[in-house]
Amino acid sequence: MTSFMPPADRIWWKVPVGRQEIIWIAIALVWCLILFFMMPYWHIYGKQNLSNEAYQTTPAKFGAKVQAMIDQYKVGEEAGIPIVKPPAGSDVYLLGRLWQWYPILDLEKDKTYRLHLSSMDWQHGFSLQPININIQVVPGYEMVITVTPDQAGEYGIVCNEYCGIGHHTMVGKLYVKE
Amino acid sequence: MAQFRTCPDTGLYFHKSAESLIKANAVVGAVFLLVAGILALLVTLTRWQAIHLLPADQFYMALTAHGIDALIFWIIFFEMAVLYVASSVLLRCRLATPYWGWVQFALMMVGSVMTNVAIFQGGSSVMMTSYVPMQAAPHFYLGLILFAVGALIGCFVFFGTLVVAKDEKTYEGSVPLVTFGAITAAIIAVFTIASGAIILVPTFLWSIGYISHIDAEMYRIIWWGLGHSSQQINVAAHVSIWYLIAGLVFGARPMSEKVSRAAFLLYIFFLQLASAHHILVDPGVSSEWKVFNTSYAMYLAVLASMIHGLTVPGSIEVAQRAKGLTNGMFEWLRKAPWDNPVFSGMFISLITFGFIGGITGVVMGTEQINLIIHNTIYVPAHFHATVVTGTTLAFMAITYFLIPVLFRRQMILPGLAKIQPYLFGGGMSILILFMLGAGTMGVSRRHWDMDFTGAALGFDYPGIAYTMMGIGAFGGVIGVLGGAAFLLVTVGSLLFGKKLEPSAGLLQSFGVPLAASCYSSTKPEILPMAPPLEHHDTTSFEAPGTFVLALLLLVSFVVYYFINWKYLASVWPLS
Repeated sequence: MTSFMPPADRIWWKVPVGRQEIIWIAIALVWCLILFFMMPYWHIYGKQNLSNEAYQTTPAKFGAKVQAMIDQYKVGEEAGIPIVKPPAGSDVYLLGRLWQWYPILDLEKDKTYRLHLSSMDWQHGFSLQPININIQVVPGYEMVITVTPDQAGEYGIVCNEYCGIGHHTMVGKLYVKE
Repeated sequence: MAQFRTCPDTGLYFHKSAESLIKANAVVGAVFLLVAGILALLVTLTRWQAIHLLPADQFYMALTAHGIDALIFWIIFFEMAVLYVASSVLLRCRLATPYWGWVQFALMMVGSVMTNVAIFQGGSSVMMTSYVPMQAAPHFYLGLILFAVGALIGCFVFFGTLVVAKDEKTYEGSVPLVTFGAITAAIIAVFTIASGAIILVPTFLWSIGYISHIDAEMYRIIWWGLGHSSQQINVAAHVSIWYLIAGLVFGARPMSEKVSRAAFLLYIFFLQLASAHHILVDPGVSSEWKVFNTSYAMYLAVLASMIHGLTVPGSIEVAQRAKGLTNGMFEWLRKAPWDNPVFSGMFISLITFGFIGGITGVVMGTEQINLIIHNTIYVPAHFHATVVTGTTLAFMAITYFLIPVLFRRQMILPGLAKIQPYLFGGGMSILILFMLGAGTMGVSRRHWDMDFTGAALGFDYPGIAYTMMGIGAFGGVIGVLGGAAFLLVTVGSLLFGKKLEPSAGLLQSFGVPLAASCYSSTKPEILPMAPPLEHHDTTSFEAPGTFVLALLLLVSFVVYYFINWKYLASVWPLS
């Protein structure tokens, strides 16, 4: 009956701590430090890190950049959405809006691109499947991610931030070719 | 003169005004648990793709209401009851300003009903997070604000009661550990509600047209100061309840007052940084900020939880061994009262919170690993392990104790009560484990249709993802049945249970005091310090079985953590 009674010792903070607890606290603390240092470690030695590059933007400004890329590099159309094949190493733009990812990007395997993401309206979630890369897309912000697709294939871009009644129809596509 | 009642079975003292408030808050909390549970069934049957029960609009409405009713209204109403128990009942003290206690209750009632009305009118299916620029009806935000003001008042009634107890010398020495944990919860609640006010008040003004623009990223960062920190109120509250139940059922004392209290102190210092957990793949926030905050400054709050993970079961083991259950490593655990729902509920809460909720939380809160988890159904799987099998099950367990003691009714259906924690904990664990699996396969949270019906461009999830969602939903249905069993037993007891005190009628269950003769204006005896320990050997391993369990937790943690790094390393290089 003591966890809900005042401590037995008035000066409870001077009661020595048992060896078992001290050992556990030491083990747990070491593990916590490992957990912490894994993150900076991965920034230095790991390959999957998000950049800190982002800009404030507006739907009009970002939409114009997307359109400029489409005008220059459009190679086809699928379900009414342009397919764009920008040169390797270039800046590529993808916008999310109710309820569409626009346009369809056609990328080359093992080439590096600067992918710009933004939203025209509400928040959206860029969820590249089945590779499973998930990034928040926020209106008013243009996020730039340097990405190197290293597996060829056809990928779906699912919206995984709830964006209203048509949320489940918001699926885009991305091609990576050899 | 303050009126007190002594519980003849437990010797606990109930201040008349506090008793009424505790009952009223707990009962209203249970009503919201009922609503949230019904909505949970609808949600889970919709995400079970083979059944796909609700149409899209109703699904999103039900999901919004489920999140808010369960995570905010049920839990915080119950936490108000917990705060009043931890102050007035445990310290044998009159509740400070009961009038303000009723203001707390009234504001929270008005607010919770108002927000529910807004949601079920249909124009506010914005999810619990209500991310701007998606807009809800003004009374959606106003209801939440009123509710939060009520909760804040409740915290200050609690603090006031502590001051009164100190001033009137109702206890000797320092406050009990359980009260200390409740103080932690209340302190965290205050800065959590402050974050909520900072973002929800402008959002409300925006919804009625007084403010033209709310920055979407700013909203996310500040809102999560409310959204995640409020979960830390729950952690502090249910860890306090674990300690309380260890004391009630086993007569356990903390292994070390200093260690347990220091762990609570770490919660106060570091838990509020967790806003970052939701911002790890957001634009415009630096990696340094993310790493520092997501780790609660080097995982010092995780350290605190790992400490409680040892000291709570450890205190039980020490108490059991003192009773002679000393054979082997685990006789103390094997011979624990597994058919007493107060204990079984508490222990399942402890295990699922630590092994599932805790480990998954740290894994997905790692800056880079979040890339493969953010906004997948892994996220709700994690927080169902923390707030459903963790917090909710702990609250259910203590409710079984409160039915006879506080409400003075004998519990009905004891056979059902015995299995209820297993039904609820087991069903929810199935839901959680399979949702974790589906999330790892990329299945999205808050999503009506994983077939993407009507989409111009399609995508097919692998068949195994459908299987996992199906099995998970089946577990969810069992969990809902477990929740229904809890409400059947508890509400049924209030209605039909044998009266342990003749005046304990229906209205008394809602907060009307018992017959006047139950109370006396004699001041309760001063709460004495715990009896001193006969010997305290600091060199021996007092709880070796618990230490083995703790090492098992650590090994699971380490293995699962590095599996996720391995998985991350397989995705496209990003920088």
